[in-house]
Amino acid sequence: MGLDAVLNHPAVWRGSECARVAPGIPTGFAELDAHLPGGGWPTGAITEIYAERAGVGEVKLTVPAAARLTQEGRWVTVIAPPHVPYAPALAAHGVRLERLLLIQPGSAEDNLWASEQALRASCCGAVLLWQEHVHERALRRLQLAAESASTSLILFRSARVAPASPAALRLHVSRAEGRTVVRILKRRGGGLPPPIVLDLHGTPVSQARARRLAPPVRNRSPLHAALA
Amino acid sequence: MLWLALRVASLPLEVYTRAARTPHALAVVGSTGTRAEIIACNDAARRRGVKPGMAAAAASALASDLQIAPRDTAAEHAALERIAAWAIQFTPAVSLAGPSEVLLEVAGSLALFGGLKPLWNAIAEGLQTLGYAAVISCAPTPLAAQWFARAGLAVRLRHLDALHLSLSELPVDVMDLPMDACRLLQNVGANTVGDALALPRDGLARRLGQRFLDDLDRAEGSLPDPRTFFTPPTVFKASQALPAPAQEAEMLLFAARRMLVELCGYLAATASGAQRLSFSFAHHGREATRITLSLVAATRDPDHLTNVLRERLERTQLPCLTTAIALESELLLPLASRNLSLLPDAGQQEEAAAQLIERLRARLGDEAVLGLKRHADHRPECAWRTCQPGNNTDAAGASRLRQPESREAVASAAAASRPLWLLAQPRALGEVEDAPCYEGPLSLLAGPEPIESGWWDGHDVTRDYFVACNPAEAMLWIYRERGRAGKWFLHGFFG
Repeated sequence: MGLDAVLNHPAVWRGSECARVAPGIPTGFAELDAHLPGGGWPTGAITEIYAERAGVGEVKLTVPAAARLTQEGRWVTVIAPPHVPYAPALAAHGVRLERLLLIQPGSAEDNLWASEQALRASCCGAVLLWQEHVHERALRRLQLAAESASTSLILFRSARVAPASPAALRLHVSRAEGRTVVRILKRRGGGLPPPIVLDLHGTPVSQARARRLAPPVRNRSPLHAALA
Repeated sequence: MLWLALRVASLPLEVYTRAARTPHALAVVGSTGTRAEIIACNDAARRRGVKPGMAAAAASALASDLQIAPRDTAAEHAALERIAAWAIQFTPAVSLAGPSEVLLEVAGSLALFGGLKPLWNAIAEGLQTLGYAAVISCAPTPLAAQWFARAGLAVRLRHLDALHLSLSELPVDVMDLPMDACRLLQNVGANTVGDALALPRDGLARRLGQRFLDDLDRAEGSLPDPRTFFTPPTVFKASQALPAPAQEAEMLLFAARRMLVELCGYLAATASGAQRLSFSFAHHGREATRITLSLVAATRDPDHLTNVLRERLERTQLPCLTTAIALESELLLPLASRNLSLLPDAGQQEEAAAQLIERLRARLGDEAVLGLKRHADHRPECAWRTCQPGNNTDAAGASRLRQPESREAVASAAAASRPLWLLAQPRALGEVEDAPCYEGPLSLLAGPEPIESGWWDGHDVTRDYFVACNPAEAMLWIYRERGRAGKWFLHGFFG
């Protein structure tokens, strides 16, 4: 038996590679997918996103996955968001609004209950939950619910990182020099990659728009100009 | 022809006891003449020495905690009709017979249910879920099936030849004869149906009447025995008295679930689903509490309906003990039955989504579970609406703003530059030397994008929007009111 055959055996896992897990939901950012086991947001598991401050791009990070799920006809449930998600912006990012369920329960207890119900429903692809304090026991309960229907739960919390958690993936999101920096704090299979820098909000919006409206000038050589 | 007779022997008792998981000692009293006499009692009462036939006063003396309920023949008849309506899911030919029997003609249903035994088991299990203990007998003629059921024999006879032999063994009591006819047969030594068949027919006809002979012939199948079939009512109505007043949600749910199973059998029989149900919990000396379940989609799944009711009951404060529960279907819609499939399909997913939404709404309220849609308006705060989840006709956003393609591209490019979060109310920003501040001075990254609209409805908007960034690098969407004051406001976060 050659060395390659041994290394390709499914029971052999090398520390340098990501664990082999069920394929995830692609995040839409190739740089990030490359470092995530399963190539995206883990399904049947909890993802925790710690944002350094609200508005550093933590929500934008999840929008492409939400767009992909809703276009496949699955539901995305948004529970207790800090503000109302702005429908035109979501639609512009490709989210099918008729597959979006917005739930605003009154209490923390109801938030967890609603999350569990949504996770257990086979129609949901992902549940996005905003809740600061979740007891570890409640988290384990949610983990079981997510496993039962292969749904993914994305939990948004603020920067105070809890010491331990049953989440399969934990990310820390911050901003530096106009870019979003994603640090993987925990992932299945271990091994922590260096921080990933993403350009979420693009270059300033006016430039982006200006580029889109004006005809492309890059290819115009003097010869082209003379012919035109 | 193959007939099943369902005989609910202790119907007078079970119209009460089926509403409680562990009923107390209960006896049902019927009045024969001037004497109030116990006609049925449950096991708990029997253990205390109460027996059918006892005077009510004697029974109360034996067991001080015995509950005595009057016989309610109207409720019994209604219960039997509901059993008949429930049974239509097994065969369209259902007929009511006697005070406690339902007849089902099942020859045509055997192939669908995979034979007599699976069908029999399905009916027996179903009756148990409804809370009735029934004897089920099967025979080629309806009258014979009834007789076997009255004798308490759960036989499965499928051929007339076997029927003749087995009928002879039955006691004559099963024929439901008048007193004097019974006595006469006993006096001549005819104790079984077989004995009666062996007697000379002309003498029997003279002494007992032609009806007696006709019954024997019908049971044997030599005379036709047409039955009138039961038609289910167009609305489902049921009411159930509780044997003991209850307030706990679990106890009420137990009774309500049995009614919901009945309802779902009725719905399956009529190929419909319920979209609106109304429960009414009667209290002693107070107005009844009504709970209306409005569902997103019509359903006939008893588990789902029970779950929705459970959430509602847990949220509802009942003022005092409940004595009876009534259920009425207010809105029934046609609902086709679904083929069983190996893999989940789109229809199942829709159904799962509808059930999820109902469960959430039952506990959190309608206003807490919403969908979002776009709205054709240039003012950012008017460009979206809440709506029913899933019920999104986004046409307004797309068609009314349908414009030449270049302009549409501009519109979608503009929408892409909108923030993911919009504040419900724009927040006024502090200003330092005419520059807006939000946790530090803001630098403008993009803009201005003028938005000027709404002069016709009084919510006039003339604003210049900018994308801004504060020292902590939070991306904000701010605007400046055009005009003399020119104040700055925060309107959204890019998240």
